Amino acid sequence: MSHAATSFAPGQSRTGPRILIGLAVLLTGLLVVAPLIYIFARAFSAGWGAYVRNIMAPDTLHAIWLTSITALIVVPVNILFGIAAAWAVAKHRFPGRGLLVTIIEIPFSISPIIAGICYLLLYGRQGLLGPWLQAHDVQMMFALPGIVMVTMFVTAPFVAREVLPLMQAQGTEQEQAAVTLGASGWQIFTRVTLPGIKWALLYGAVLCTARAVGEFGGVSVVSGNIRGQTNTLPLQVELLFNDLNAVGAFAAASILTLIALVALVLKAVLEGRKAV
Amino acid sequence: MTITITGMRKRFGPTEVLRGIDLTVEKGELVALLGPSGSGKTTLLKIIAGLDWPDMGGLDVDGVNWLNLPAQDRRIGFVFQHYALFPHMKVRDNIAFGLTVRPRSQRPGRGVIAARVDELLHLLQIAHLGDRYPAQLSGGQRQRVALGRALAIEPTVLLLDEPFGALDAAIRRDLRNWLREVHGATGSTSIFVTHDQEEAFELADRVVIMGQGQIEQIGSADQIHDRPATPFVANFMGATVEIPVTMRAGRIEAAGIDATRLERRVLPDGPATLFLRPDDITPIADTQGCWTIETVASTGATLRIALKDGAGNRVETVLPRRAPEAAGLTPGTRTHLRPEAGSVFPGPRPATTPAPAAQAPAKENIR
Repeated sequence: MSHAATSFAPGQSRTGPRILIGLAVLLTGLLVVAPLIYIFARAFSAGWGAYVRNIMAPDTLHAIWLTSITALIVVPVNILFGIAAAWAVAKHRFPGRGLLVTIIEIPFSISPIIAGICYLLLYGRQGLLGPWLQAHDVQMMFALPGIVMVTMFVTAPFVAREVLPLMQAQGTEQEQAAVTLGASGWQIFTRVTLPGIKWALLYGAVLCTARAVGEFGGVSVVSGNIRGQTNTLPLQVELLFNDLNAVGAFAAASILTLIALVALVLKAVLEGRKAV
Repeated sequence: MTITITGMRKRFGPTEVLRGIDLTVEKGELVALLGPSGSGKTTLLKIIAGLDWPDMGGLDVDGVNWLNLPAQDRRIGFVFQHYALFPHMKVRDNIAFGLTVRPRSQRPGRGVIAARVDELLHLLQIAHLGDRYPAQLSGGQRQRVALGRALAIEPTVLLLDEPFGALDAAIRRDLRNWLREVHGATGSTSIFVTHDQEEAFELADRVVIMGQGQIEQIGSADQIHDRPATPFVANFMGATVEIPVTMRAGRIEAAGIDATRLERRVLPDGPATLFLRPDDITPIADTQGCWTIETVASTGATLRIALKDGAGNRVETVLPRRAPEAAGLTPGTRTHLRPEAGSVFPGPRPATTPAPAAQAPAKENIR
């Protein structure tokens, strides 16, 4: 803090800033650091052996697998969608362009639970398309497709929102220059556009991954909470906690936390790169 | 390559940016499109490049209809005002880009490309900068790289959009001379857009003056300077003083104006407007004159004199401070005005002054 203090003019009160900084430190400690430490403390409270046993429990392993599969499907799809949407909006003028930007942002403002319920009402057994899906032997709800769909909905804006401002700032002159130099559309994309946005793209992908892995509300509606079948990791944490298996719950939670921390570090690194 | 443009029209929404352009640029010529912003000059350049399309009209290059040809296949070199270099590529790779994107069958070998890049780096006098990134270069160096990148594909036509617009005066002059040399060395047909008169006249073989989507005049510096074809050109060339006069038997008449130094014109009798440059007007002390000096400001070499007449017309003149006529010109002095040169257009004061910037179409960098 002594660094900050030296930048004040002589005679200026230093108590105000000190109180504010103290408050920030206190709140961060109470709201972020303490719970984080507590997760790991509780997860390891019964020893390393119990921790590993709980992680290796078939239901928890399955939840980890399901969450990974979901993220592995959702993130690449969202990267493609994000690039395509940002490209369309940033580099072209067409009717409904403003509307498209708004639609991309809808998942930010809609509670994931509502998204889940909408999918349930549309694709569920009693839903609008339910009978047709059943007749064709397609199960969307209470299965992987539903989980993937909801997660995709919730994370849809992440990549697009990161890439779009950058593409807009870059304008189209570089692409126009490439066109006059004889480059084809694909060459322009891979050699001019993509290198320009790659850090923002990775940054968006990291955010998207973190969100996809942690999604709870929407998934809990469409997954049906079938133990060992449709429980993702966040749902498994809740289930174990309700079973009064605190070590199991916190062990599963520690995996989620680790993923989040890795994402955080990656995000910080990428943020620096993006700014260059 | 001879470029022939016929009857070209283009509108952006309600704004007509090109209103019937006819222009022929001969092989090897260096032509400037000069005009205020919003005159349509950049749009015309982009249409030639294939980055924009007209609503009507023809674009023929050596008998080939270029409007059916995508930009990729036109083999033009386009230099952007803000360079549009690829920031993630070294200077070398920027210059080589146009060669490396060619289909495999037409692509020169690695060694040939490297040799061509070296040759260009040498021509551009930036041989030591080949391994730098654009962000590590000054504005003038970036513009050289941009030009090198355009020249690498041996373009049939070189198009430059305000090539020196973003550079400071000294570098501008430097690059101008050097562009002239490069043009001479490559012999390509070149068109550049500018709003800088000095740049246009110094560089170009012919200058095309554009205003509000039309060609107002085509000619050399002297022709345009001495014989502006329209009030717009007169005004654009600096004849900002407009005085209502009457034509009588080819002579210009107006109260308080001594028109003896102006030649007679073949114009019908009746009202007309005299366009004068401030430094082509000499105020002559005259107790009977109807102009009164309001203020006199000195810049050391010149005097800037503001006058008004009884009807409320105001005129600003610029006079060398040591000119004999300058003696005794102080605020309150009554004078008449003696134009040394000027142009006359029939009709009362026309409204065709250069378009205000507000009328310019919004420039959006959108393809």
